Amino acid sequence: MADILVVVEHQEGVFKKNTLSVVSAAKALAGLTGGEVDALVLGDSVAAVAGVAAGTGVRKVLLGEGAAFGKYLASTYAGAVAQVVKAGAYGAVFAPASTFGKDFMPRLSGLLDAPLASDIVGLEKVGDALRVKRPMYAGNAIGTVELVGGPLLFTVRQTAFDAAAMGGAKAPVEKVAVTAEAWGMAFVSRQETKSERPELTEARMIVSAGRGIKAQENFKLVEELADLLNAAIGASRAAVDAGWAPNDWQVGQTGKIVAPELYIALGISGAIQHLAGMKDSKVIVAINKDEEAPIFQVADYGLVADLFKAVPEMVAEIKKLKSA
Amino acid sequence: MKILVAIKPVPNPDEKVKIKGDGSGIVLDNIKMVVNPFCEIAVEEALRIREKLTGEVVVVTVGPKEGEQQVRTALAMGADRAVLVEAGTDLDSLAVAKVLAKVVADEKADLVLMGKQAVDDDNNQVGQILAAVLGWPQATFASKIEFAADNRKANVTREVDGGLETIEVALPAVVTTDLRLNEPRYASLPGIMKAKKKELKVVPLASLGVDTAPRVKVLSYAAPKQRAGGGRVADVAELVSKLKSEAKVL
Ligand SMILES: Cc1cc2nc3c(=O)[nH]c(=O)nc-3n(C[C@@H](O)[C@H](O)[C@H](O)COP(=O)(O)OP(=O)(O)OC[C@H]3O[C@@H](n4cnc5c(N)ncnc54)[C@H](O)[C@@H]3O)c2cc1C
Ligand SMILES: Cc1cc2nc3c(=O)[nH]c(=O)nc-3n(C[C@H](O)[C@H](O)[C@H](O)COP(=O)(O)OP(=O)(O)OC[C@H]3O[C@@H](n4cnc5c(N)ncnc54)[C@H](O)[C@@H]3O)c2cc1C
Repeated sequence: MADILVVVEHQEGVFKKNTLSVVSAAKALAGLTGGEVDALVLGDSVAAVAGVAAGTGVRKVLLGEGAAFGKYLASTYAGAVAQVVKAGAYGAVFAPASTFGKDFMPRLSGLLDAPLASDIVGLEKVGDALRVKRPMYAGNAIGTVELVGGPLLFTVRQTAFDAAAMGGAKAPVEKVAVTAEAWGMAFVSRQETKSERPELTEARMIVSAGRGIKAQENFKLVEELADLLNAAIGASRAAVDAGWAPNDWQVGQTGKIVAPELYIALGISGAIQHLAGMKDSKVIVAINKDEEAPIFQVADYGLVADLFKAVPEMVAEIKKLKSA
Repeated sequence: MKILVAIKPVPNPDEKVKIKGDGSGIVLDNIKMVVNPFCEIAVEEALRIREKLTGEVVVVTVGPKEGEQQVRTALAMGADRAVLVEAGTDLDSLAVAKVLAKVVADEKADLVLMGKQAVDDDNNQVGQILAAVLGWPQATFASKIEFAADNRKANVTREVDGGLETIEVALPAVVTTDLRLNEPRYASLPGIMKAKKKELKVVPLASLGVDTAPRVKVLSYAAPKQRAGGGRVADVAELVSKLKSEAKVL
């Protein structure tokens, strides 16, 4: 088959690791259909990002630079990717199913009149036909999907594919000429949630809190436990809606999908939409004072307790363990 | 301002769906259909904009005739009139977007509001595809929409990974809603009564002349891997000890 393009995500010059899973997914397709995997980096003075991408096992990195790409916009990015796809006659395009990929990939689908499978978790071949797996209905059904026509577009659920290794032999970086058309869109500002903690989607451990935490100041408790474990902090929709936690901490069907080694749910009931975002975690701990809470059905270690009592005890126990 | 709101009926999101024995689909009998929650937020935002700036709110859905019920819900919330493009349930996102593009052009809308994702198929595509097909700006995952003094532009704050981002879009534009944009109102009893008399135009898909040949086909459905789950510990000491010695995560 024709070659495969991976659109690299970065935050103004900082390579985002979700791209590593996307490279793996693209390679899985190459394994099924043939073709080589290239990466595309768009931005302004982003040679460093291209340098990182070059070490992920791709054939080459295409670097499309220009002041107009300095701030991400769906219109300029979708347009530029379309140009690269046409020039290189790419047969498939992959991007992460993050708010970056989810924003410009459907626009690319509209521009190219090309089929897009969102948030994919698997690829396989049945005879000569490609079959794509993607979660639907808040993860309660896995759909098997066929794409008709091309190029084939995919956004990739990061937790479903192993990260490609970084720091391998450097593939060549080639500059490509791309033009930017903003289509009536302009960047105004960005308000970054500041945190010294690991990112939710990259953390080995996550401590999440829900309505049971009752107030913003009680997140102190959550922070104390998270710091001890070097964990990221997550939240249920209820906690975000209440204004106790920033929007990008929301775990769930319509927030972030996570699958850390350890997920600790504090005062979260376990609604379908929340479970959709965390039930693939390796180990799940739930602390809830209601023994009937549905979260216990997915928990490996459920503790029926008042979190305001249990969390300080946990902090003390873990400290003991660490100093032992 | 003329605002078009695209809405989709979905199975009640609080019920766990069951898959048909042969994997050919989802069991929808006895499941209540509702307006996709993100679309409800879009309707609410349209009503608030109309309350401030005057204008008209037109609701549109693409699908089977039964969708009329959810369209009436949007009319009962306060939308002015509705268009139902009668089609099967098997249109994919590209097809739905192309159909919507036709309706948008016919209606000469200044703004299209829609949900960021339908909570059944979870595609998160139609708004962005529609914007591309129309050649319009797009602002996805909106948590705030503010119009410029001349109403020709809007600043839209978007919920993105890492925080919030604000972009400016020139109108006409497509905006998709996120959870924190507003809290939708309930339809009032007088609203429900009035809705029965509001115009609901049914348009046969074939009359629009749009190519809706499927590009993304869902062939079958399967249940995901089930977690064992249900394990309990008596106290914090047991929890921490098991996390160390059994789960080996500490
Ligand atoms: C029985 C059944 C079979 C199906 N078979 C297929 C299939 O073979 N292939 C396939 O791709 N899809 C199939 N679908 C789903 C298809 O109809 C989806 O509606 C379409 O793919 C759009 O995806 P989405 O609903 O996830 O939209 P999203 O992109 O997640 O929705 C975003 C927003 O777009 C708007 N929107 C979406 N759909 C409509 C609509 N119909 N009318 C008005 N506004 C809308 C809403 O504002 C919504 O909030 C099937 C559905 C059913 C019930
Ligand atoms: C369209 C749509 C999208 C959604 N998307 C998401 C999503 O992405 N993510 C998400 O999380 N939700 C989402 N939701 C919301 C979801 O349906 C639930 O409403 C939400 O997850 C509930 O949050 P919660 O568990 O914190 O609150 P609740 O359900 O109110 O649960 C609070 C829990 O805390 C426990 N508790 C209270 N006090 C204590 C205490 N002192 N000690 C211990 N336990 C205590 C209670 O027993 C209870 O179980 C969505 C909903 C809709 C309609």
